Amino acid sequence: MSALVNAVKGLIQHLRAMGITLRYLFMKPVTVQYPEQPPEIYPRFRGRHELQRYENGLEKCVACGLCAAVCPSGAIYVEAAENDPEHPVSLGERYAKRYEINMTRCIFCGYCEEACPKGAIVMGHEFALADFGRHELVYSKEQLLEPARPHVIVKQV
Amino acid sequence: MDWIDALLIPAIKSLVVIVVLLLAFAYMTYVERKLVGRFVRRYGPNRAGPFGLLQPIADAFKAIFKEEVIPTEVDKWLYVICPGIAVAGSLIVFGVIPVGDSFMAWGRKITMVVADVNVGVLYVVAMAGLGLYGIFLGGWASNNNFSLLGALRSTAQVITYELPMGLAIASIATITGSLRFGDIIAAQKTLPLIILQPVGFLVYFISGMAEINRSPFDMPETENELVSGYSTEYGGIKFAIYFMAEYINMIVMSILVATLFLGGWQGPFAHLSPLLQLVWLVVKAAVVLFVFIWVRASIPRVRYDKWMKFGWKFLVPLGLANLAVTAVVVALVA
Repeated sequence: MSALVNAVKGLIQHLRAMGITLRYLFMKPVTVQYPEQPPEIYPRFRGRHELQRYENGLEKCVACGLCAAVCPSGAIYVEAAENDPEHPVSLGERYAKRYEINMTRCIFCGYCEEACPKGAIVMGHEFALADFGRHELVYSKEQLLEPARPHVIVKQV
Repeated sequence: MDWIDALLIPAIKSLVVIVVLLLAFAYMTYVERKLVGRFVRRYGPNRAGPFGLLQPIADAFKAIFKEEVIPTEVDKWLYVICPGIAVAGSLIVFGVIPVGDSFMAWGRKITMVVADVNVGVLYVVAMAGLGLYGIFLGGWASNNNFSLLGALRSTAQVITYELPMGLAIASIATITGSLRFGDIIAAQKTLPLIILQPVGFLVYFISGMAEINRSPFDMPETENELVSGYSTEYGGIKFAIYFMAEYINMIVMSILVATLFLGGWQGPFAHLSPLLQLVWLVVKAAVVLFVFIWVRASIPRVRYDKWMKFGWKFLVPLGLANLAVTAVVVALVA
Protein backbone atom coordinates (compact mmCIF):
# COMPACT_ATOMS: atom_id res chain seq x y z
CA MET A 1 0.00 0.00 0.00
CA SER A 2 2.81 2.41 0.93
CA ALA A 3 4.21 1.95 -2.57
CA LEU A 4 0.97 3.28 -4.00
CA VAL A 5 0.91 6.21 -1.56
CA ASN A 6 4.50 7.04 -2.50
CA ALA A 7 3.64 6.80 -6.16
CA VAL A 8 0.77 9.23 -5.80
CA LYS A 9 2.94 11.60 -3.76
CA GLY A 10 5.70 11.42 -6.34
CA LEU A 11 3.21 12.04 -9.12
CA ILE A 12 1.93 15.15 -7.36
CA GLN A 13 5.48 16.40 -6.90
CA HIS A 14 6.25 15.90 -10.56
CA LEU A 15 3.05 17.63 -11.58
CA ARG A 16 4.02 20.60 -9.41
CA ALA A 17 7.44 20.71 -11.07
CA MET A 18 5.75 20.68 -14.45
CA GLY A 19 3.46 23.48 -13.33
CA ILE A 20 6.50 25.62 -12.63
CA THR A 21 8.01 25.02 -16.04
CA LEU A 22 4.64 25.70 -17.66
CA ARG A 23 4.54 29.08 -15.94
CA TYR A 24 8.03 29.79 -17.25
CA LEU A 25 6.90 28.93 -20.78
CA PHE A 26 4.71 32.05 -20.86
CA MET A 27 7.27 34.43 -19.36
CA LYS A 28 9.43 36.69 -21.46
CA PRO A 29 12.86 35.12 -22.10
CA VAL A 30 15.77 36.70 -20.26
CA THR A 31 18.29 36.18 -23.09
CA VAL A 32 20.10 39.30 -24.28
CA GLN A 33 19.99 39.29 -28.08
CA TYR A 34 23.62 40.31 -28.17
CA PRO A 35 24.68 41.81 -31.49
CA GLU A 36 21.42 43.75 -31.83
CA GLN A 37 20.85 44.42 -28.18
CA PRO A 38 23.77 45.81 -26.11
CA PRO A 39 24.60 43.90 -22.95
CA GLU A 40 24.44 45.66 -19.60
CA ILE A 41 27.74 45.98 -17.74
CA TYR A 42 28.84 47.61 -14.51
CA PRO A 43 30.94 50.82 -14.53
CA ARG A 44 33.99 49.02 -13.13
CA PHE A 45 33.89 46.39 -15.89
CA ARG A 46 37.45 45.67 -17.09
CA GLY A 47 37.53 45.60 -20.85
CA ARG A 48 40.19 46.59 -23.36
CA HIS A 49 42.82 49.10 -22.14
CA GLU A 50 42.72 52.70 -23.25
CA LEU A 51 45.69 55.08 -23.03
CA GLN A 52 44.65 58.52 -21.80
CA ARG A 53 45.61 62.05 -22.86
CA TYR A 54 45.47 65.38 -21.07
CA GLU A 55 43.05 67.99 -22.33
CA ASN A 56 45.84 69.75 -24.24
CA GLY A 57 46.48 66.55 -26.18
CA LEU A 58 49.63 65.44 -24.38
CA GLU A 59 49.85 61.78 -23.45
CA LYS A 60 49.62 60.93 -19.78
CA CYS A 61 52.02 58.00 -20.09
CA VAL A 62 55.62 58.77 -19.10
CA ALA A 63 56.95 55.27 -19.86
CA CYS A 64 57.92 54.43 -16.30
CA GLY A 65 57.30 50.75 -17.03
CA LEU A 66 55.41 49.99 -13.80
CA CYS A 67 52.54 48.48 -15.72
CA ALA A 68 54.91 46.14 -17.54
CA ALA A 69 56.57 45.24 -14.23
CA VAL A 70 53.31 44.46 -12.45
CA CYS A 71 51.67 42.60 -15.30
CA PRO A 72 51.35 38.95 -14.11
CA SER A 73 51.24 37.55 -17.62
CA GLY A 74 53.91 39.74 -19.16
CA ALA A 75 51.58 41.13 -21.77
CA ILE A 76 52.82 44.73 -21.79
CA TYR A 77 55.92 46.01 -23.57
CA VAL A 78 57.04 49.62 -23.05
CA GLU A 79 59.95 51.27 -24.82
CA ALA A 80 60.86 54.72 -23.45
CA ALA A 81 62.42 57.68 -25.26
CA GLU A 82 63.44 61.21 -24.28
CA ASN A 83 60.93 63.95 -25.01
CA ASP A 84 61.95 66.59 -27.50
CA PRO A 85 61.45 69.85 -25.45
CA GLU A 86 60.18 71.69 -28.55
CA HIS A 87 57.53 69.13 -29.37
CA PRO A 88 56.80 67.05 -26.26
CA VAL A 89 54.67 63.94 -26.60
CA SER A 90 54.02 63.61 -22.87
CA LEU A 91 54.19 65.90 -19.87
CA GLY A 92 57.31 64.36 -18.29
CA GLU A 93 60.89 63.95 -19.48
CA ARG A 94 60.22 60.69 -21.19
CA TYR A 95 57.44 59.27 -23.29
CA ALA A 96 56.49 55.83 -24.55
CA LYS A 97 58.03 55.35 -27.96
CA ARG A 98 56.44 51.96 -28.22
CA TYR A 99 53.62 50.76 -26.03
CA GLU A 100 52.20 47.33 -26.89
CA ILE A 101 49.75 45.05 -25.16
CA ASN A 102 49.43 41.47 -26.27
CA MET A 103 45.70 40.74 -25.92
CA THR A 104 46.23 37.00 -26.32
CA ARG A 105 48.18 37.07 -23.03
CA CYS A 106 46.29 39.74 -21.10
CA ILE A 107 44.06 38.33 -18.35
CA PHE A 108 42.22 41.62 -17.70
CA CYS A 109 43.20 41.69 -14.02
CA GLY A 110 43.53 45.48 -13.98
CA TYR A 111 46.90 45.56 -12.13
CA CYS A 112 48.36 47.88 -14.79
CA GLU A 113 45.62 50.37 -14.10
CA GLU A 114 46.29 50.17 -10.36
CA ALA A 115 50.06 50.49 -10.77
CA CYS A 116 50.01 53.49 -13.12
CA PRO A 117 51.06 56.64 -11.23
CA LYS A 118 49.72 58.95 -13.94
CA GLY A 119 46.35 57.33 -14.60
CA ALA A 120 47.50 56.85 -18.15
CA ILE A 121 46.29 53.32 -18.69
CA VAL A 122 42.64 52.62 -17.93
CA MET A 123 40.57 49.52 -18.49
CA GLY A 124 37.74 50.53 -20.79
CA HIS A 125 34.44 48.87 -21.57
CA GLU A 126 35.22 47.34 -24.96
CA PHE A 127 35.12 43.55 -24.77
CA ALA A 128 34.51 42.36 -28.35
CA LEU A 129 38.17 41.74 -29.21
CA ALA A 130 37.95 38.72 -31.49
CA ASP A 131 40.18 38.86 -34.56
CA PHE A 132 41.49 36.64 -37.32
CA GLY A 133 45.18 36.47 -36.45
CA ARG A 134 47.49 36.55 -33.45
CA HIS A 135 49.47 39.50 -34.77
CA GLU A 136 46.34 41.62 -35.00
CA LEU A 137 45.83 41.01 -31.29
CA VAL A 138 49.07 42.76 -30.31
CA TYR A 139 47.67 46.24 -29.88
CA SER A 140 49.95 49.14 -30.74
CA LYS A 141 50.12 52.47 -28.93
CA GLU A 142 48.10 54.16 -31.67
CA GLN A 143 45.30 51.59 -31.30
CA LEU A 144 45.32 51.93 -27.53
CA LEU A 145 45.19 55.72 -27.66
CA GLU A 146 42.07 55.69 -29.77
CA PRO A 147 39.02 55.79 -27.49
CA ALA A 148 36.80 52.74 -28.02
CA ARG A 149 33.08 53.04 -28.51
CA PRO A 150 31.87 49.84 -26.88
CA HIS A 151 28.42 48.52 -27.73
CA VAL A 152 27.20 48.31 -24.14
CA ILE A 153 24.86 49.87 -21.66
CA VAL A 154 26.67 50.90 -18.48
CA LYS A 155 24.50 50.26 -15.44
CA GLN A 156 24.15 53.15 -13.04
CA VAL A 157 24.97 52.13 -9.49
CA MET B 1 -7.60 -7.02 -56.92
CA ASP B 2 -5.47 -5.69 -59.70
CA TRP B 3 -1.86 -4.56 -59.59
CA ILE B 4 -2.83 -0.94 -58.88
CA ASP B 5 -4.56 -1.87 -55.65
CA ALA B 6 -1.94 -4.39 -54.69
CA LEU B 7 1.25 -2.51 -55.49
CA LEU B 8 0.93 1.03 -56.79
CA ILE B 9 -1.33 2.51 -54.13
CA PRO B 10 0.57 1.04 -51.15
CA ALA B 11 3.82 2.18 -52.72
CA ILE B 12 2.53 5.74 -53.12
CA LYS B 13 1.14 5.69 -49.59
CA SER B 14 4.48 4.48 -48.20
CA LEU B 15 6.30 7.21 -50.09
CA VAL B 16 3.96 9.86 -48.71
CA VAL B 17 4.35 8.50 -45.18
CA ILE B 18 8.16 8.46 -45.42
CA VAL B 19 8.42 11.95 -46.89
CA VAL B 20 5.99 13.42 -44.38
CA LEU B 21 7.72 11.71 -41.46
CA LEU B 22 11.16 12.92 -42.56
CA LEU B 23 9.89 16.49 -42.90
CA ALA B 24 8.10 16.20 -39.59
CA PHE B 25 11.36 14.99 -38.05
CA ALA B 26 13.22 18.05 -39.28
CA TYR B 27 10.72 20.46 -37.83
CA MET B 28 10.21 18.38 -34.70
CA THR B 29 13.82 19.14 -33.76
CA TYR B 30 13.07 22.83 -34.29
CA VAL B 31 9.86 22.75 -32.25
CA GLU B 32 11.55 20.83 -29.47
CA ARG B 33 14.54 23.18 -29.24
CA LYS B 34 12.28 26.19 -29.36
CA LEU B 35 9.94 24.85 -26.68
CA VAL B 36 12.66 23.59 -24.36
CA GLY B 37 14.28 27.01 -24.69
CA ARG B 38 11.07 28.76 -23.77
CA PHE B 39 10.54 26.45 -20.81
CA VAL B 40 13.77 27.77 -19.32
CA ARG B 41 13.25 31.36 -20.52
CA ARG B 42 15.58 31.25 -23.49
CA TYR B 43 14.60 31.97 -27.09
CA GLY B 44 15.83 28.76 -28.70
CA PRO B 45 17.13 28.87 -32.29
CA ASN B 46 16.29 32.27 -33.81
CA ARG B 47 19.17 33.13 -36.12
CA ALA B 48 18.74 31.06 -39.29
CA GLY B 49 15.87 32.64 -41.19
CA PRO B 50 12.81 34.28 -39.64
CA PHE B 51 12.29 32.87 -36.11
CA GLY B 52 15.10 30.42 -36.83
CA LEU B 53 12.82 28.49 -39.17
CA LEU B 54 15.70 27.45 -41.44
CA GLN B 55 17.63 25.92 -38.56
CA PRO B 56 16.74 22.28 -39.40
CA ILE B 57 17.95 22.82 -42.98
CA ALA B 58 21.19 24.36 -41.75
CA ASP B 59 21.64 21.41 -39.39
CA ALA B 60 21.01 18.93 -42.19
CA PHE B 61 23.63 20.56 -44.43
CA LYS B 62 26.10 20.67 -41.59
CA ALA B 63 25.61 16.96 -40.87
CA ILE B 64 25.90 15.99 -44.54
CA PHE B 65 29.11 17.92 -45.14
CA LYS B 66 30.87 16.76 -42.01
CA GLU B 67 33.83 14.47 -42.41
CA GLU B 68 32.93 10.79 -42.28
CA VAL B 69 34.93 9.38 -39.42
CA ILE B 70 35.00 5.62 -38.91
CA PRO B 71 37.11 4.70 -35.89
CA THR B 72 39.67 1.99 -36.65
CA GLU B 73 38.62 -0.52 -34.02
CA VAL B 74 34.90 -0.62 -34.86
CA ASP B 75 33.03 -3.42 -36.55
CA LYS B 76 32.75 -1.45 -39.79
CA TRP B 77 29.86 -3.26 -41.42
CA LEU B 78 27.60 -3.11 -38.37
CA TYR B 79 28.77 0.37 -37.47
CA VAL B 80 27.65 1.75 -40.83
CA ILE B 81 24.30 -0.01 -41.15
CA CYS B 82 23.10 0.43 -37.56
CA PRO B 83 21.71 3.97 -37.95
CA GLY B 84 19.84 2.65 -40.97
CA ILE B 85 18.36 -0.21 -38.94
CA ALA B 86 17.23 2.26 -36.30
CA VAL B 87 15.55 4.60 -38.73
CA ALA B 88 13.98 1.78 -40.78
CA GLY B 89 12.56 0.33 -37.58
CA SER B 90 10.91 3.58 -36.68
CA LEU B 91 9.57 4.29 -40.18
CA ILE B 92 8.17 0.79 -40.67
CA VAL B 93 6.03 1.07 -37.53
CA PHE B 94 3.91 3.76 -39.09
CA GLY B 95 2.69 1.40 -41.81
CA VAL B 96 -0.31 0.07 -39.89
CA ILE B 97 -1.53 3.23 -38.18
CA PRO B 98 -4.63 4.70 -39.80
CA VAL B 99 -4.57 8.47 -40.16
CA GLY B 100 -8.20 8.64 -41.27
CA ASP B 101 -11.06 6.57 -42.60
CA SER B 102 -11.07 6.46 -46.39
CA PHE B 103 -11.85 8.60 -49.41
CA MET B 104 -12.76 8.16 -53.05
CA ALA B 105 -10.29 9.11 -55.74
CA TRP B 106 -10.36 8.15 -59.45
CA GLY B 107 -13.23 5.80 -58.73
CA ARG B 108 -11.30 3.87 -56.12
CA LYS B 109 -11.83 3.66 -52.41
CA ILE B 110 -8.54 4.59 -50.77
CA THR B 111 -8.13 3.77 -47.11
CA MET B 112 -5.93 6.14 -45.16
CA VAL B 113 -3.55 3.47 -43.90
CA VAL B 114 -0.70 1.75 -45.70
CA ALA B 115 -1.62 -1.76 -44.54
CA ASP B 116 -4.69 -2.63 -42.50
CA VAL B 117 -3.27 -5.54 -40.50
CA ASN B 118 -5.59 -7.44 -38.17
CA VAL B 119 -2.88 -7.67 -35.49
CA GLY B 120 -1.76 -4.08 -36.02
CA VAL B 121 -0.92 -3.29 -32.41
CA LEU B 122 1.17 -6.43 -32.10
CA TYR B 123 3.00 -5.52 -35.29
CA VAL B 124 3.76 -2.07 -33.89
CA VAL B 125 5.24 -3.49 -30.70
CA ALA B 126 7.32 -6.03 -32.64
CA MET B 127 8.66 -3.52 -35.15
CA ALA B 128 9.45 -0.91 -32.51
CA GLY B 129 11.53 -3.60 -30.81
CA LEU B 130 13.28 -4.29 -34.11
CA GLY B 131 14.26 -0.64 -34.48
CA LEU B 132 15.98 -0.82 -31.11
CA TYR B 133 18.39 -3.36 -32.58
CA GLY B 134 19.89 -0.36 -34.34
CA ILE B 135 20.70 1.16 -30.97
CA PHE B 136 22.22 -1.81 -29.23
CA LEU B 137 24.02 -3.25 -32.23
CA GLY B 138 25.41 0.24 -32.86
CA GLY B 139 26.63 0.42 -29.29
CA TRP B 140 28.19 -3.02 -29.62
CA ALA B 141 29.82 -2.33 -32.98
CA SER B 142 31.39 0.92 -31.72
CA ASN B 143 33.83 -1.08 -29.58
CA ASN B 144 33.76 1.54 -26.87
CA ASN B 145 33.01 1.07 -23.19
CA PHE B 146 30.53 3.89 -23.00
CA SER B 147 28.72 2.76 -26.12
CA LEU B 148 28.55 -0.79 -24.82
CA LEU B 149 27.13 0.35 -21.48
CA GLY B 150 24.58 2.49 -23.29
CA ALA B 151 23.63 -0.45 -25.46
CA LEU B 152 23.27 -2.71 -22.41
CA ARG B 153 21.07 -0.16 -20.72
CA SER B 154 18.98 0.14 -23.84
CA THR B 155 18.48 -3.63 -23.89
CA ALA B 156 17.56 -3.76 -20.21
CA GLN B 157 15.19 -0.85 -20.62
CA VAL B 158 13.43 -2.37 -23.60
CA ILE B 159 12.96 -5.70 -21.81
CA THR B 160 11.67 -3.93 -18.73
CA TYR B 161 9.32 -1.48 -20.34
CA GLU B 162 7.87 -3.52 -23.16
CA LEU B 163 6.21 -5.67 -20.49
CA PRO B 164 4.02 -2.96 -18.94
CA MET B 165 3.42 -1.62 -22.42
CA GLY B 166 2.18 -5.03 -23.51
CA LEU B 167 0.00 -5.24 -20.42
CA ALA B 168 -1.58 -1.87 -21.18
CA ILE B 169 -2.21 -2.97 -24.75
CA ALA B 170 -3.72 -6.23 -23.44
CA SER B 171 -6.14 -4.18 -21.34
CA ILE B 172 -7.18 -2.28 -24.45
CA ALA B 173 -7.59 -5.49 -26.39
CA THR B 174 -9.77 -6.86 -23.59
CA ILE B 175 -12.14 -3.93 -23.94
CA THR B 176 -12.18 -3.58 -27.71
CA GLY B 177 -11.88 -7.29 -28.48
CA SER B 178 -9.51 -6.63 -31.37
CA LEU B 179 -5.92 -5.73 -32.15
CA ARG B 180 -6.82 -4.06 -35.43
CA PHE B 181 -6.34 -0.31 -35.25
CA GLY B 182 -9.56 0.30 -37.18
CA ASP B 183 -11.57 -1.63 -34.59
CA ILE B 184 -9.84 0.06 -31.66
CA ILE B 185 -10.63 3.49 -33.12
CA ALA B 186 -14.22 2.45 -33.87
CA ALA B 187 -14.62 1.31 -30.24
CA GLN B 188 -13.77 4.85 -29.12
CA LYS B 189 -16.53 6.48 -31.13
CA THR B 190 -18.42 7.69 -28.08
CA LEU B 191 -15.81 7.50 -25.35
CA PRO B 192 -12.01 7.66 -25.77
CA LEU B 193 -10.22 4.85 -23.96
CA ILE B 194 -8.31 7.24 -21.71
CA ILE B 195 -11.53 7.60 -19.66
CA LEU B 196 -12.10 3.86 -19.39
CA GLN B 197 -8.39 3.10 -18.89
CA PRO B 198 -6.74 5.96 -16.98
CA VAL B 199 -4.27 3.61 -15.28
CA GLY B 200 -3.59 1.81 -18.53
CA PHE B 201 -2.97 5.16 -20.19
CA LEU B 202 -0.47 6.17 -17.52
CA VAL B 203 1.34 2.84 -17.76
CA TYR B 204 1.42 3.03 -21.54
CA PHE B 205 2.55 6.64 -21.54
CA ILE B 206 5.45 6.08 -19.16
CA SER B 207 6.64 2.89 -20.80
CA GLY B 208 6.18 4.54 -24.18
CA MET B 209 8.50 7.33 -23.14
CA ALA B 210 10.99 4.71 -21.99
CA GLU B 211 10.65 2.84 -25.28
CA ILE B 212 11.52 5.89 -27.36
CA ASN B 213 14.40 6.86 -25.02
CA ARG B 214 12.97 10.22 -24.16
CA SER B 215 14.58 12.18 -21.38
CA PRO B 216 14.08 11.75 -18.37
CA PHE B 217 14.31 8.07 -19.30
CA ASP B 218 17.07 8.25 -21.92
CA MET B 219 19.10 5.45 -20.38
CA PRO B 220 20.99 4.52 -23.60
CA GLU B 221 22.39 8.04 -23.79
CA THR B 222 22.77 9.27 -20.21
CA GLU B 223 25.11 12.12 -21.17
CA ASN B 224 26.21 12.80 -17.61
CA GLU B 225 27.50 9.27 -17.06
CA LEU B 226 28.18 7.69 -20.44
CA VAL B 227 29.40 10.62 -22.57
CA SER B 228 26.71 10.00 -25.18
CA GLY B 229 25.95 6.32 -24.65
CA TYR B 230 25.45 4.22 -27.75
CA SER B 231 26.11 7.14 -30.11
CA THR B 232 29.46 8.16 -28.60
CA GLU B 233 31.46 7.02 -31.63
CA TYR B 234 29.01 8.32 -34.19
CA GLY B 235 29.31 11.65 -35.94
CA GLY B 236 28.16 13.53 -38.99
CA ILE B 237 25.32 12.11 -41.02
CA LYS B 238 25.35 8.76 -39.19
CA PHE B 239 24.65 10.52 -35.93
CA ALA B 240 21.99 12.60 -37.65
CA ILE B 241 20.30 9.41 -38.80
CA TYR B 242 20.25 8.09 -35.25
CA PHE B 243 18.76 11.38 -34.24
CA MET B 244 16.20 11.01 -36.99
CA ALA B 245 15.23 7.56 -35.71
CA GLU B 246 14.77 8.98 -32.24
CA TYR B 247 12.50 11.79 -33.37
CA ILE B 248 10.47 9.63 -35.74
CA ASN B 249 10.00 7.20 -32.85
CA MET B 250 8.75 10.11 -30.82
CA ILE B 251 6.27 11.18 -33.51
CA VAL B 252 5.07 7.61 -34.03
CA MET B 253 4.68 7.11 -30.29
CA SER B 254 2.59 10.26 -29.99
CA ILE B 255 0.35 9.10 -32.82
CA LEU B 256 0.06 5.67 -31.17
CA VAL B 257 -1.01 7.25 -27.88
CA ALA B 258 -3.51 9.40 -29.77
CA THR B 259 -4.85 6.36 -31.61
CA LEU B 260 -5.00 3.91 -28.72
CA PHE B 261 -6.26 6.22 -25.98
CA LEU B 262 -7.51 9.50 -27.43
CA GLY B 263 -9.80 8.22 -30.16
CA GLY B 264 -7.48 8.47 -33.12
CA TRP B 265 -8.77 10.45 -36.08
CA GLN B 266 -12.25 10.75 -34.64
CA GLY B 267 -13.60 14.04 -33.36
CA PRO B 268 -16.40 16.54 -33.88
CA PHE B 269 -17.22 16.93 -37.60
CA ALA B 270 -14.54 14.32 -38.47
CA HIS B 271 -17.03 12.36 -40.61
CA LEU B 272 -17.39 15.36 -42.97
CA SER B 273 -14.00 15.12 -44.65
CA PRO B 274 -10.92 12.88 -44.52
CA LEU B 275 -8.83 16.03 -44.24
CA LEU B 276 -10.59 16.92 -41.01
CA GLN B 277 -9.83 13.43 -39.68
CA LEU B 278 -6.16 13.97 -40.42
CA VAL B 279 -6.30 17.33 -38.67
CA TRP B 280 -7.86 15.76 -35.60
CA LEU B 281 -5.15 13.11 -35.44
CA VAL B 282 -2.42 15.71 -35.87
CA VAL B 283 -3.91 17.90 -33.15
CA LYS B 284 -4.10 15.00 -30.72
CA ALA B 285 -0.59 13.85 -31.56
CA ALA B 286 0.68 17.41 -31.16
CA VAL B 287 -0.78 17.57 -27.66
CA VAL B 288 1.00 14.32 -26.76
CA LEU B 289 4.25 15.60 -28.28
CA PHE B 290 3.95 18.78 -26.29
CA VAL B 291 3.64 16.72 -23.11
CA PHE B 292 6.74 14.71 -24.12
CA ILE B 293 8.74 17.91 -24.50
CA TRP B 294 7.23 19.42 -21.40
CA VAL B 295 8.25 16.40 -19.30
CA ARG B 296 11.75 16.55 -20.75
CA ALA B 297 12.08 20.21 -19.85
CA SER B 298 10.77 19.70 -16.31
CA ILE B 299 12.09 16.47 -14.83
CA PRO B 300 15.73 15.44 -14.40
CA ARG B 301 16.93 12.00 -15.45
CA VAL B 302 16.03 9.06 -13.25
CA ARG B 303 18.93 7.04 -11.86
CA TYR B 304 19.37 3.81 -13.80
CA ASP B 305 18.86 1.31 -10.95
CA LYS B 306 15.86 3.21 -9.61
CA TRP B 307 14.39 3.24 -13.07
CA MET B 308 14.73 -0.56 -13.36
CA LYS B 309 13.24 -0.95 -9.91
CA PHE B 310 10.33 1.30 -10.85
CA GLY B 311 9.70 -0.77 -13.95
CA TRP B 312 9.77 -4.22 -12.38
CA LYS B 313 8.39 -3.50 -8.94
CA PHE B 314 5.80 -0.88 -9.71
CA LEU B 315 4.82 -0.53 -13.35
CA VAL B 316 4.55 -4.26 -14.14
CA PRO B 317 2.41 -5.05 -11.06
CA LEU B 318 0.29 -1.97 -11.76
CA GLY B 319 -0.21 -3.07 -15.34
CA LEU B 320 -1.11 -6.60 -14.21
CA ALA B 321 -3.60 -5.30 -11.63
CA ASN B 322 -5.12 -3.02 -14.25
CA LEU B 323 -5.42 -5.93 -16.68
CA ALA B 324 -7.05 -8.14 -14.02
CA VAL B 325 -9.57 -5.46 -13.02
CA THR B 326 -10.34 -4.72 -16.67
CA ALA B 327 -10.85 -8.40 -17.41
CA VAL B 328 -13.23 -8.86 -14.46
CA VAL B 329 -15.24 -5.75 -15.32
CA VAL B 330 -15.47 -6.70 -18.98
CA ALA B 331 -16.59 -10.23 -18.01
CA LEU B 332 -19.25 -8.84 -15.66
CA VAL B 333 -20.59 -6.29 -18.11
CA ALA B 334 -20.66 -8.54 -21.14
